[in-house]
Amino acid sequence: MTGQTGESASGASSSGQSADGTPAAASTGGQWPLWEVFVRSRRGLSHSHAGSLHAPDAEMALRNARDLYTRRAEGVSIWVVPSSAVTASSPDEKDPFFEPAGDKPYRHPTFYEIPEGVKHL
Amino acid sequence: MTTTAEPGAATAQAGPDRHTPEALQAEFDAAVAADTRIEPRDWMPDAYRSTLVRQMAQHAHSEIIGMQPEANWITRAPSLRRKAILMAKVQDEAGHGLYLYSATETLGVSRDELLDKLHAGRQRYSSIFNYPTLAWADVGAIGWLVDGAAITNQVPLCRCSYGPYARAMVRICKEESFHQRQGYELLLALSRGTDAQHAMAQDAVNRWWWPSLMMFGPPDDESAHSAQSMAWKIKRHSNDELRQRFVDICVPQAEILGLTLPDPDLRWNEERGHYDYGAIDWSEFQEVLRGNGPCNEQRLERRRAAHDNGSWVRDAAAAHAAKHRKAQA
Repeated sequence: MTGQTGESASGASSSGQSADGTPAAASTGGQWPLWEVFVRSRRGLSHSHAGSLHAPDAEMALRNARDLYTRRAEGVSIWVVPSSAVTASSPDEKDPFFEPAGDKPYRHPTFYEIPEGVKHL
Repeated sequence: MTTTAEPGAATAQAGPDRHTPEALQAEFDAAVAADTRIEPRDWMPDAYRSTLVRQMAQHAHSEIIGMQPEANWITRAPSLRRKAILMAKVQDEAGHGLYLYSATETLGVSRDELLDKLHAGRQRYSSIFNYPTLAWADVGAIGWLVDGAAITNQVPLCRCSYGPYARAMVRICKEESFHQRQGYELLLALSRGTDAQHAMAQDAVNRWWWPSLMMFGPPDDESAHSAQSMAWKIKRHSNDELRQRFVDICVPQAEILGLTLPDPDLRWNEERGHYDYGAIDWSEFQEVLRGNGPCNEQRLERRRAAHDNGSWVRDAAAAHAAKHRKAQA
């Protein structure tokens, strides 16, 4: 399994990638590259990951994403990103990479004891 | 003493080795026990992975093969309203197939590979789609009973231990609810219509009832994969438990429809608090699985033809993309 790409791509390294990082052309017989789809459900909210799909290029990926992920007006804006362009933190999501935050409870407001009766704090 | 180039490397090596097979298995077991989801890049037992690939691929294949029996009636829908509804439903089935193929790809297989296996008859789809849609009322019976059974099966899958499968199911279940309601409404209109319409609705229900009960799979004591799938929390309820739930839901719904279910043994059991139902003819189920259902050949042939006939479109799209990439470079 590759550890460098996004979730959907993790198993589909066969979708190929050219040396310059753009998704490989799906010439006859080859599988179209994989794209990650992010949808903004309404103005004021950020785009969030909706899923993935195969498409030959960015324009087709956008059209397919509209048909696949917004059939019921679930979005007002869509991003598509080649899955191969996603760099992920680690192949194993319980990595020491996140350990530095584990022992710092003082970063949370609940760490501090405040006498009863203190208001607006 | 060696110096490490990256500060993080020292911490990574500290502590007991988390990468022995026993440690990985223990970590996986603990995650399943604690009801946390398994995600694509986590270590997982090979058998868990292959069970998921088998089940999810079959599920994806069922969605796209399932487009055929209903698409059969699009051109003959009795009104523009019904036609628009049916087209939206069939399009949803294609979408569900795509969600599930993507989710399956996270396990390290490609969609092309899965489609090849479907076309070669090496992976299955739900045998319910090997029955024909003989009349317009069948569209209603499929929505009410077939999609109803599918929902009963799928709602617990939203809590399946494998994250991408569970997420796909959440989306699918939301959309399936429209499928079931349009079917029920369609049958209700026919049932309350002319005598001929009522008879057509009753005939469709008579033909789809038993195959729908078979959708839950063999009885618990004969189900090959059930126990392990339950232990892995891929499956949350047994086949018989879900089948019973479905029967209990359908009986009162049939009463309101003014239609009967074709089972003389169907009656309320006060003691159990459930409806008893008659024996299912599992020999029919086995025959259809073996490829001897009414439409097995037709469905696969149609699927292969659709795939082959679409190849020029895929090639053209790929050629277009390659040309534009070259122009930009």
